[in-house]
Amino acid sequence: MHDIVASNFVDLNWMNMAYLFFVGFVGGLVSGFIGSGGAFVLTPGMMSMGVPGLVAVASNMCHKFPKALVGALKRAKYGQVDVKLGLIMGASAEAGVLFGAQIQQNIKNAFGDVGSNLYVSMAFVIVLGIVGTIVLRDALRTYRTGNTHDEEKVTKIARWVQSINIPGTMVYFKSLNARVSVLLTVPLGFATGMLAATIAVGGFIGVPSMIYVLGAPSLMASATELVIAFIMGLGGSFKYAMHGLVDIRLAMIILAGSLFGIQLGAIGTTYVKGYTIKLVMGLIMVIVLFSRALMVPVYSSQLGIISPIGDTTIKILKNASFAIMILALLVGAIVVLSSLFKGIREERKTTACEPATERIKV
Amino acid sequence: MAKDPVKKKKPISKMVFTGVVTVSLYTTLLLKQDVINDYFGRGGVYAILPIATAFLFSFFHGSFTGSFWSVLGIEAKKRKEVK
Repeated sequence: MHDIVASNFVDLNWMNMAYLFFVGFVGGLVSGFIGSGGAFVLTPGMMSMGVPGLVAVASNMCHKFPKALVGALKRAKYGQVDVKLGLIMGASAEAGVLFGAQIQQNIKNAFGDVGSNLYVSMAFVIVLGIVGTIVLRDALRTYRTGNTHDEEKVTKIARWVQSINIPGTMVYFKSLNARVSVLLTVPLGFATGMLAATIAVGGFIGVPSMIYVLGAPSLMASATELVIAFIMGLGGSFKYAMHGLVDIRLAMIILAGSLFGIQLGAIGTTYVKGYTIKLVMGLIMVIVLFSRALMVPVYSSQLGIISPIGDTTIKILKNASFAIMILALLVGAIVVLSSLFKGIREERKTTACEPATERIKV
Repeated sequence: MAKDPVKKKKPISKMVFTGVVTVSLYTTLLLKQDVINDYFGRGGVYAILPIATAFLFSFFHGSFTGSFWSVLGIEAKKRKEVK
């Protein structure tokens, strides 16, 4: 088995390496900012280079946990990480990953690769359709009311969750500035893990759930997600490495780009309010939703659920889907970079206008 | 011109050191990829190899990228806003 796996490690050329480095950089930039992202482009990207599916998933995961670690440490310096919440949600997310992977396996056994692909695409469309719309609507409402520089308000549901008292399970979380029952964080972590096992980006549930259900500020939720991603990524990588599926060259080349990106993304968060985090996350989720929605008819026709689609149409839909996914990541990266450079420019301007003596006091 | 007293020293030596280590690690990885693939693809107890490698690379490369942006003047916001 080992020889078969080893032969699945493809030859790398400079073009492939440059591509992985660049996508890694953009993915890292977005992850550093919103706590996740990038993986949904990297796995199909690697597969298009001839990397077998499982090796692509495994190698992607093996770049994810060190990236998340570096990002979490960086954002912890800015006081944005709630380690306790991250560890507790991370543990339940790990269980969700195992459960989600088992469901995937069962679907694959019953309906083959096409059935599994259809399941993944449907998960993308349903989850991103619901959660992405909520996040983007919230960001747009904030924009319309002109409160983009204000602190975020805790939602009604989060106030209710924080009011529930289950003796013996209450834990104080600094990101919430409240005591919340661990039992209520478990389903959120579990769902995060399940989504990670299905679409490779658990943060699309993890971050919004910490914001809207638990009441964490967006900046802290996105930073804490990096702790969850680290735990899930480490566990997942170990599992895949036990079967010899990690192509360390692919993982480290992606890591090379993503560590440049994650540092920038993390720095960017110090110049923005929660509104921008929600905007980037909502935009990416809704754009990716369209990308995956294009693939639903392809897999449905291959399974015989709808009438067959011609090969040319399938090819066009596949390419369009991948292009929209890259667009999602690029749109996110542009908002992150423009927020960062705008923030730096404004700070330099303010600092230059201020007398040196006043700055010493600060 | 008087020097700005609050200006931090740029971490050039740290960037150079971690940069050299990072380049050496990547060079080794690419030059010895056949041997590395052979051992890392064995699975079982050899699973520790890719995990340890990821930690090692992230330590040096993470430190390098941090100081790289710092040397370029891209740093986190320093001024706290009055709430």
